[in-house]
Amino acid sequence: MRRMSANFLVCVLAVAIGCKKEQQGGGNVGAADTAIKIGEVGSMTGTEATFGTSSHNGIQLATDEVNAAGGIKGKQIQVIALDDQGKPEEAATAATRLISSERVAALLGEVASTRSLFMAPKAQAAKTPMVSPSSTNEKVTQVGDYIFRACFIDPFQGYVMAKFATDTLKLKTAAILRDVRNDYSVGLAKVFNENFTKLGGKIVDSQSYSSGDVDFKAQLTNIKAAKPQALYVPGYYTDVGLIARQAREVGLTVPMLGGDGWDSEKLYEIGGAALEGSYFSNHYSVDDPSPRIQEFVARFKKAYGGQVPDSLAAQAYDAAGMLYDAMKRAKDLTGPSIREALAQTKDYKGVTGDITMDEHRNATKPAVVLKVGKGGKYEFSGRIQPEGVKEAGPGEPPREPKKTEGNTAPNPAPGTTPTPTQAPAPGATNSAQAAANTGQRQGVPAGEHSKK
Amino acid sequence: MIDLLQHLVHGVSLGAIYALIALGYTMVYGVLQLINFAHGDVFMLGAMMGWYASSRWTQEAAHPTWFGAIAVTLVSMAICGTTGFLIERFGYRPLRGSPKLNSLITAIGFSFLLEYGGQFVFGPNPRAFGALPVSPSDQFRVLGVSISYIDLICVGVSVGLMIVLNRIIFHSRIGTAMRAVSWNPPVAALMGVNIDKVISFTFVLGSVLAAVAGILFASAYRKVEPLMGLMPGLKAFVSAVLGGIGNVQGAMLGGLILGLAEQLVSSYVSSQWKDAIAFAILILILLVKPSGLLGKGTAEKV
Repeated sequence: MRRMSANFLVCVLAVAIGCKKEQQGGGNVGAADTAIKIGEVGSMTGTEATFGTSSHNGIQLATDEVNAAGGIKGKQIQVIALDDQGKPEEAATAATRLISSERVAALLGEVASTRSLFMAPKAQAAKTPMVSPSSTNEKVTQVGDYIFRACFIDPFQGYVMAKFATDTLKLKTAAILRDVRNDYSVGLAKVFNENFTKLGGKIVDSQSYSSGDVDFKAQLTNIKAAKPQALYVPGYYTDVGLIARQAREVGLTVPMLGGDGWDSEKLYEIGGAALEGSYFSNHYSVDDPSPRIQEFVARFKKAYGGQVPDSLAAQAYDAAGMLYDAMKRAKDLTGPSIREALAQTKDYKGVTGDITMDEHRNATKPAVVLKVGKGGKYEFSGRIQPEGVKEAGPGEPPREPKKTEGNTAPNPAPGTTPTPTQAPAPGATNSAQAAANTGQRQGVPAGEHSKK
Repeated sequence: MIDLLQHLVHGVSLGAIYALIALGYTMVYGVLQLINFAHGDVFMLGAMMGWYASSRWTQEAAHPTWFGAIAVTLVSMAICGTTGFLIERFGYRPLRGSPKLNSLITAIGFSFLLEYGGQFVFGPNPRAFGALPVSPSDQFRVLGVSISYIDLICVGVSVGLMIVLNRIIFHSRIGTAMRAVSWNPPVAALMGVNIDKVISFTFVLGSVLAAVAGILFASAYRKVEPLMGLMPGLKAFVSAVLGGIGNVQGAMLGGLILGLAEQLVSSYVSSQWKDAIAFAILILILLVKPSGLLGKGTAEKV
């Protein structure tokens, strides 16, 4: 009981801290009246603090580059960043503040799907376009037609790892340990489970934990008894580091597999040698020799004193770049116009790959698999293409009608905006709904079906 | 069967740490009837100072030795003991005459001060802790059950400290004074007991134990962060209540029960139910025996 009131106090205090932070962050006072304001919400503190700070660096770099090149429509961009401390309620509060008091043109954030899901309804209700750099849970963009993302979605990551495990690692059995308090983790685990089974593997045990736990020995002891060949842990780095250590402690020595939530320099600091030989899917690799990536890495290092951009920084850079690109193309800087331009994004040359928006406002682009090597170095272990992308060609047509309808009636039909998305392709509506239910859109199952 | 034994080993090791933290709650409650909510954060401070002493101020963590580990623990104990003293001296003592609620709110205030002050100084990111020369993966096997040396150290150190504590409370002058204050402060004062000194001593003692618990916890789970005291602190509080708050043996028993319940529930039911069931046990026991398992009114308070 007493602790409850303590929690309440935490919230109050957090808001107070949030206010202070914002004043520090919005230091660009001189440019205030002419600047275009962009809101950013991120976990600058808390257990996922590197998510927020990395993303912020990426966004800031993209913003500085656009500003240096003359800004958008002759105006400079000012990013107002609010810290949500990794708490969903704080993310929602921050989004509301940015929309109603700062009147931002668009929102960037959040990294974590759970927090993006708290922000998205606020953005949707206010018709403020929101671009999440790295929230891969598919529910995020289902909130409404103002919500976009610059990354692929969970079904794809779960699919990538299932495919990598069966094709490259030739595994027959695997166990899953998922974070039940995290939509991202639950989503990846579900799709991995479905695809691994479909590709001929067997899930021998499925256990769960809650983020922030420090003791996983009970679950790991059970998993060890089921004798899997690999353990899929689609969690975030702090938990994964501890899980890796404790897995080795209870004598579970099989490789661990995971998703992009592993991507932080803290992962190895906490997990240490226990992580060596594990694999995770990610959005990009710094070791990728492609010039586009190497140039970005060089620019980022120059801007941040030699710091190497992790994938969250790269994606945030792309999310901001994609948003600014859309704002340049938009006929004006109102929410509906920016939304239209964002929805038409096609082959945007991001550092993490060519980004095209599909009809569900999700980015289609390839994923890479990285191996944690000796000393915590990530080794590039392969690239998995979104097989469904080619088959998902029909995903293109709905976008065209959406543009025309949106252009003719951006204002009078706020409630009906979602309809154009589905109206031109009544046949596709059913499949979209069905796919949404099974948790498989993103063309992956389409590729599956066409092969079978 | 082997799995069950393995779960029991993990449960006992976790329970020993809860018990160590619970001692601090229970002693302060015994003497002052105050629930010191900042105690869980003193535990965090212990781990954090251990990290500073081993990774920042020295290079101990790079090449841990037993001597170094003991030195780190002593430094952390000294800092936490001082903090405990200061919190009592400047936070609780001025409020001693006022309603209990005021002290309680102050305790929550100190809790936040330590948590967010820690976040400000230490940074919000978790850091890896490694002051002991053994890692959790150093272990041996008995009857197919793997026991890590850290588990042994946790249990050994906890039991050792509890024995020492018991001797202090029941077989020393200051312990007699503590019991006297706990029984009836005005009368103890009339008998020539320096109440301020006794209460300060209680806080220092509890904080020192929390520092040791912090080091053990961080060694076992390899992670230090400013909010790490929240859940263990709460669980230790529950352990103290479960065993009968104000009762030292009760705190040990409560910690053990909670640690075992948590491990067994997450292995045989679901980790999602772990806390729910642990707290349900608390409610059940309190319904049947409101003073806690070993609580006997005021007779054995300290």
